Amino acid sequence: MQSFKKPILSLMALLILGLGLNFGFNAFIQLQAKFIIINMILAMSLNLVNGYTGQFSLGHAGFMAIGAYVAAYLAMNWNFLPPELSILSYLLFVLVGGLVAAFAGFLVGKPSLRLRGDYLAIVTLGFSEIIRVALLNMDFLGGARGLAGIPGLNSFYLDFVFSSLWLVFCFFALWRLIKSSHGRGLLAVKEDEIAAEAMGIDTAFMKVKAFVVSSFFAGVAGGLYAYFVQFISPGSFTFLHSVNVVIMVVLGGMGSMTGSLVAAAIITILPEALRPLQEITGVDLRMVIYSLSLIILMILRPKGLFGELELPEVWRKYVRRSA
Amino acid sequence: MQDFVQHLINGIGLGSIYALIALGYTMVYGILQMINFAHSDVYMIGAFAAYYVAKWTGLEQHPGVGSLMIILVSSIVVCGILGILIERLAYRPLRKAPKLNILITAIGVSLFLEYSGQVVFGADPKVFPDILMDSNLFNLAGVEIKTLDFTVLTVGILSVLFLNFVIYKTKIGKAMRSVSINPSVAAMLGVNTDRIITFTFVIGSALAAIGSVLVGMKYPKIDPLMGMMIGLKAFVAAVLGGIGSLSGAVLGAMIMGLSEEMVVAYLSSTYRDALAFGILILILIFRPAGLLGKYNVEKV
Repeated sequence: MQSFKKPILSLMALLILGLGLNFGFNAFIQLQAKFIIINMILAMSLNLVNGYTGQFSLGHAGFMAIGAYVAAYLAMNWNFLPPELSILSYLLFVLVGGLVAAFAGFLVGKPSLRLRGDYLAIVTLGFSEIIRVALLNMDFLGGARGLAGIPGLNSFYLDFVFSSLWLVFCFFALWRLIKSSHGRGLLAVKEDEIAAEAMGIDTAFMKVKAFVVSSFFAGVAGGLYAYFVQFISPGSFTFLHSVNVVIMVVLGGMGSMTGSLVAAAIITILPEALRPLQEITGVDLRMVIYSLSLIILMILRPKGLFGELELPEVWRKYVRRSA
Repeated sequence: MQDFVQHLINGIGLGSIYALIALGYTMVYGILQMINFAHSDVYMIGAFAAYYVAKWTGLEQHPGVGSLMIILVSSIVVCGILGILIERLAYRPLRKAPKLNILITAIGVSLFLEYSGQVVFGADPKVFPDILMDSNLFNLAGVEIKTLDFTVLTVGILSVLFLNFVIYKTKIGKAMRSVSINPSVAAMLGVNTDRIITFTFVIGSALAAIGSVLVGMKYPKIDPLMGMMIGLKAFVAAVLGGIGSLSGAVLGAMIMGLSEEMVVAYLSSTYRDALAFGILILILIFRPAGLLGKYNVEKV
């Protein structure tokens, strides 16, 4: 079981970190840690489409919404295990949420991925908004009031373990996908579609595949969000949330998995870190700073933090200066 | 029947407003091949500029056509300057960059304008002052035509005609058309492409400013996020007609305006926004070049 060594080791490291967070820090930092994990999964999955395949999707929030609503509805109505064992059923529900989101990704991606960059962005945005408006009109899913009182795992440590499992699964699944021949195909599609077609890569299929995998993990992240916050509404999954994930991917470097991890952590902590500024000036300047930094980032360092390199290569290149 | 004619008039009025904004999108796309996401926020700034000018100069006490002119001109000036600033600071450094970066920057500028608007103006909606007294102007086929509707229609149609004149009958219009066909050859033939691009942004922003004043008169509630929905619908209108084509933008806008009005009147108003997205998706799946656009085959 050589291939399970690294995932299990990372999972154990995360579990120990979780123990430390559980007993060492207050509830606020614990909440931040949970959100960081959700954002990491979102950023990595969007990186697959935006970074590795070179398509621009602005609809991530829609798939997150699908995963969240499916997982929440199942947990509220179809929970078949007693509360002590509910972590197992939640595992199943999040998986189902992800699969439904993946199916939605297939439905959205199949007709749209023929379009070029700008148009694809608008169409994915459009689909995400349609999903949101549809959810707004579905009264059995709460409509505009949303779904409240979603049962969750009522301890921080269980939440953390649950999400770490998914984080490790997401990271290693995507990492291995990228390092495989499928991943090379995706990179080829990004570099030059016509050349890739000439080399025998089915570009349409590759793009749809990336989109489906990305939507699956977006749905998973949505399910996790539903169980952590225990309240979801169509207003939690707007265009701005999609843009938030895009900012994470761009900041980390489109094409760098570890970059997305770091950027997700930074972007999650940033609003709280900027809160003293808000208290001093009395005005909420956080989103203004956000958008301004996006513009400056694109003009001055469009590659983002890590560019296309992963953390070990960045370490070697900039810190040890041996590359 | 009377209701239908009223809806028709509303639809055409709405369509002409969408046309003003859609023309901005389509002109910038024709010249730079980029979607200027920030256009809808320039529109929003135009509405607020008009609001503040009306407030500070006390024009709201003197409604009438003269005040309307003054407010229009000031809004156009503000939006024009804003358009120049955006082009110079955010888009020009990225002229040679991949399309993705420009798209992200455009989104960044749009968000920046929206959130700064919320910080500077306050997030709560403001009431646009009454610049024109609304009254029944005349009677057409049994339907009362109100002053506001009439103003919206005439100003909208006049602006589109003026733009048509500029683009097709003046030298600078010829230069704009040449830059949109092939920028490098245009530069070789002596056209100052930078200046033409700036001029395109100015004209687009001016039209957006006119649109915002008209909308402010008709629907007096303005807030910093008002640009989002209408910008998206105007963009759909531009795509529907064929992005890059001026007549396409106007045609698409009329279709959007009329269909939205009819859906709201005869179906249900909850689907008003979803209709725009639905049309967008349909047109991009079945005819991505738009109704009046040409489909460019990508050559290796």
